[in-house]
Amino acid sequence: MTTTTSFAVDVPAVNVHGVSRIFAARKGPGVTALDDVSLTVAPGEFVSLIGPSGCGKSTLLRLIADLDVPTSGRIEVFGKPARQARIDQDYGIAFQQAGLLPWRTVAGNIELPLELHGVGKAARRRRAAELIALVGLSDFAAHFPDQLSGGMQQRVAIARSLAESPSLLLMDEPFGALDEMTRERMQNELVRICAETQAAVVFVTHSIPEAVFLSNRVVVLEPRPGRIRSIVSVGLGAPSGRGEDLREDEGFFRSLSEVRDLLHGDEAAGASPAGARGVETR
Amino acid sequence: MRRDAHVHPRLRGGLFGLAGLVLLALIWELYKALGPVDGVVIGTLTVLPRTTDLAMPHLWVMFDRLFEPVTGAASALPLWQAVSQGSLFTLGIAAVGWLVGVTVGLALALLMQRFRLAESAILPWIILSQTVPLIAIAPLVRRWGAQIQFGDFTWESWMSVALIASYLAFFPVSIGALRGLASPDANHVDLMHCYAVGWWKTLWRLRLPASVGYLLPALRLAAVSAVVGSVVAEVSIGLRGGIGRLIVEYAGAAGNDPGKPWAPIFGSILVGLVAAGFVGLIGLFLRRFRRGEASA
Repeated sequence: MTTTTSFAVDVPAVNVHGVSRIFAARKGPGVTALDDVSLTVAPGEFVSLIGPSGCGKSTLLRLIADLDVPTSGRIEVFGKPARQARIDQDYGIAFQQAGLLPWRTVAGNIELPLELHGVGKAARRRRAAELIALVGLSDFAAHFPDQLSGGMQQRVAIARSLAESPSLLLMDEPFGALDEMTRERMQNELVRICAETQAAVVFVTHSIPEAVFLSNRVVVLEPRPGRIRSIVSVGLGAPSGRGEDLREDEGFFRSLSEVRDLLHGDEAAGASPAGARGVETR
Repeated sequence: MRRDAHVHPRLRGGLFGLAGLVLLALIWELYKALGPVDGVVIGTLTVLPRTTDLAMPHLWVMFDRLFEPVTGAASALPLWQAVSQGSLFTLGIAAVGWLVGVTVGLALALLMQRFRLAESAILPWIILSQTVPLIAIAPLVRRWGAQIQFGDFTWESWMSVALIASYLAFFPVSIGALRGLASPDANHVDLMHCYAVGWWKTLWRLRLPASVGYLLPALRLAAVSAVVGSVVAEVSIGLRGGIGRLIVEYAGAAGNDPGKPWAPIFGSILVGLVAAGFVGLIGLFLRRFRRGEASA
């Protein structure tokens, strides 16, 4: 603790502290989307948020991204308030919809954040080319989004989120709209990209296998009000060692059933039979 | 594979347009040849016009008339030349009106997009403004304009006409631009927020490009409105030199020179086509911002 370097290591990528978010309703007390949620994400760690619809996982991500403000509690990103972290461009973000600008080419879309933040033309070109190669779209740099498949568009969106080499990636169901085969391939690529970039990731998903395959830790949320039910450490080793065969691994299945049991927990107790609706268990 | 699959769609559109024109000409001549001389009358109501040469001149009479002098006077220009001059004059005024209208319309849309309050304050007035008949405001504009004078600048009649044209032109632009500026997905707006860029950068990089698809039809409508506004305002203000004046002037000749009144009508149609074509040209340059439309 005496040197600044050891202090820097101690600063978590994300620190969510006692955060609640209540959406005001015209009548009544409003909807509690998140209730007293606390969570810490270490630098370089991959954390998934999973839970049934309405558990507030996307809300939590939007709060971390400072797209929304918590009703109470506080959120720090790399030790700074979320707002400051956004202004400093400490994170990259990808949504379920690729959200590419249709009038820009693949390269143009990836360059967008760099352009907005005043990076020179030559540096922009170089960085875009690097990222396009990273997501395997080198032949498509000059294509427009409407000429790409959904999976390719999503890869462009991921490349765009990586443009400014952020140490934190926020992803809101980025593969949610893709078919299963494309999805698995994208997961493998994401594991590889994360290993290469060393970025921490907060990843919202509906899919249990996806969460288990990608994550160091899986945060299981419950709905109404949104709370953390449990956090599962997957412990499948460093992301760099993860490959396609991991999906056959025994540890993978153990974690899978653990997360599944947690999600269905209230069903077993008979408290809320519809509790796990909206979660894919395949 | 259909045989005409290789025909360019734009070319095909042009061919269809031409076919429509030929059809119209055919209907005109057919009715003139076969219709009753006194027109189709139900009770005391004439529902289709008389087919005499005075009421419905042959198309070639209208065409031939274009190449004869305007009047019997020795110095008279050929009709087509007089009409062309009038058309250019009106086109110039309409262009000024269009530019002013587009500028004002865009400015209003930006203001309304920027400030919620401005939208609820201005929008009803914009819509209300279009319910005032043109004939009512023309004399007002003229009278007010006549009082404007500072330094070397004096308000001229053609400026009144241009102002009235702009009064018609600004409306579709402000409404279209407002819708266009609000058209980006919530996703894109969120993204700009994540990038921590301000309103102006968001406008330039996101809202303006996204609005092109809404703006182009509005600009075309504005161009046509500006032409119609100019022609009508020329008449109500009594400005000489434009197509509006020629329409009124030549209409008096219909009694013994049935081909003549048609010339300025064709002229005004031509002006409208040129104006719309100009906007089409703008659209050609903004092609890349309309990719969404093409794929949709």
